Amino acid sequence: MNTGSRLERLEKGLRDIGLEPVKAPGVLRVDAQPESLVPAARLAVEHGYDHLASVEGIDWPSEGVIEVIYHAESYDEDLRGTLLEIRVKVPRDEPRLPSLIEVWPNALFLERETWDLMGVVFEGHPELRRLLMPPDWDGPPPLRKDFKVKTEGVFVNVE
Amino acid sequence: MSSSVMEARLLEKEGDEEVYEVFIGPQHPASGHMRLIVRLEGDVIVGVDPDIGWVHRTMEKLAESKEALKAIPLLERMTIIDSQNVTIGYVRALEKLLGVEPPPRARYLRTLLSEINRIASHLYGMGLAGIFVNHSTMFMWCFGDREVWIQLAEELTGARLTHSYSVPGGVRRDLPQGFKEKALKAIRYMEKRLDEYHRIFFDNPQVRARYEGVGVLKPHEARRLGVVGPNLRASGVRYDARLLGDYGVYDELEFEIPVREEGDAMSRLLLRGDEIRQSMNIIRQVLDKIPEGPILAEKYLRLIPPKLREPALKEGRIKFPGIFANLKLPKGEAVARAEMGHGEIFYHVTSDGSKKPYRVRVVTPSFRNVILFRYLPPGHRFMDLPAIYGSLDYFPPEADR
Repeated sequence: MNTGSRLERLEKGLRDIGLEPVKAPGVLRVDAQPESLVPAARLAVEHGYDHLASVEGIDWPSEGVIEVIYHAESYDEDLRGTLLEIRVKVPRDEPRLPSLIEVWPNALFLERETWDLMGVVFEGHPELRRLLMPPDWDGPPPLRKDFKVKTEGVFVNVE
Repeated sequence: MSSSVMEARLLEKEGDEEVYEVFIGPQHPASGHMRLIVRLEGDVIVGVDPDIGWVHRTMEKLAESKEALKAIPLLERMTIIDSQNVTIGYVRALEKLLGVEPPPRARYLRTLLSEINRIASHLYGMGLAGIFVNHSTMFMWCFGDREVWIQLAEELTGARLTHSYSVPGGVRRDLPQGFKEKALKAIRYMEKRLDEYHRIFFDNPQVRARYEGVGVLKPHEARRLGVVGPNLRASGVRYDARLLGDYGVYDELEFEIPVREEGDAMSRLLLRGDEIRQSMNIIRQVLDKIPEGPILAEKYLRLIPPKLREPALKEGRIKFPGIFANLKLPKGEAVARAEMGHGEIFYHVTSDGSKKPYRVRVVTPSFRNVILFRYLPPGHRFMDLPAIYGSLDYFPPEADR
């Protein structure tokens, strides 16, 4: 059990639950399914990735999916050089994922922000309410690709 | 601590009719526009809901809607007091996508400005920590002394705050003549001033009474909550994104990462003073060791028309041709982390092969530290809240983006 570095053991653990971690510079990348997200996250915490650096949503309208990307980080000397990147795709018209707040407590504000700006619902999150957007905002989530930024132009016509 | 205990402390508490709410802000309670909804039982805080987003500008969306290079001046407006450190992560992510590395002289110049900015940012935070406990002298002194470092940065970059100094492949300007003497003079001045800060502020029994033993964050809590920057290192965790060796010349220099064990508000303040000393140590080494050479990667120097290239190299000021703004980002993605004065900033840039980035994800240190407003104050008296806020060096425009 205690052979190899913690990172190698984490890689092996992820393979054991049917995922395929890929090494990239500074990142260990894993494509997960919504069902395997929580087990993968629990495994990451056990191996030292004890907090999240980021929760991110990327809108891919051409594929009809929103990709949610978690970057887990560790402050320990052996792991700090590598981020663990877990990517999950959810359908664009009904983006739902389990909340990871019980695994990574600091998902509290990161998930709430992703719900606010990208419209991904994290089931089990205790307070999905507006964080950065105004409380009465009812337009589309602004980070979706179908939300266009209106530009005013440089010149203003003055009568 | 199990995560459920931690979670219980993080969750919002509504309370009954015994609990009353105090709204602090959003009209600039301290370091910018944000609101704290504080729930009190008598004089004791039972919960704080940090209500942020009052200065949200949808930076991530705006960065998607313009050419990659044009997002640099945009993103530096998140933390205008620390604009080199806030954009260096983005520039590094672009460099990784574009497959270009800055020449050695440019890396030294980036490190120089990063540390000048870090000192200015810490002075800003320390000054606010002073006014939070009604110590106006500390506020005036710190903001006055910050001017020294702003003027140095202006000398180097041409702008007081919005430097836009680092660009993919290098920096915009070379070191001006006589800069070393001015910088060394500033360091000598600041060393003297740090001792005076101790006399009037850090060793002042009234200040100590407000800050010592208040808002204690234990090391394992700091790790689990993903706290960054001096707030993390004051809790005994030795982590700094400069240790990753991804940018600047930190792996070629000798410096310490100051760490304190207490984890209280006082140690967070003192740690910023320690870091200013280390930053000055780094600036000295950079000025001694800086090599001669170009300040922009060869690949991009060639883009400048010959007629402009010669004067640019001679004067050390680069005026970019239009073609530079239209760089195509190769398809792919890049992650970069950098250490700001407030803590670690995280960038994840995804490109679909066009001129504009497809997605720019940025998580700022203040956004990661906002969780501490939930976690630290419960159980303290209301009077301790300004001291906790002051010690966190929280900057709302940075958290809101």
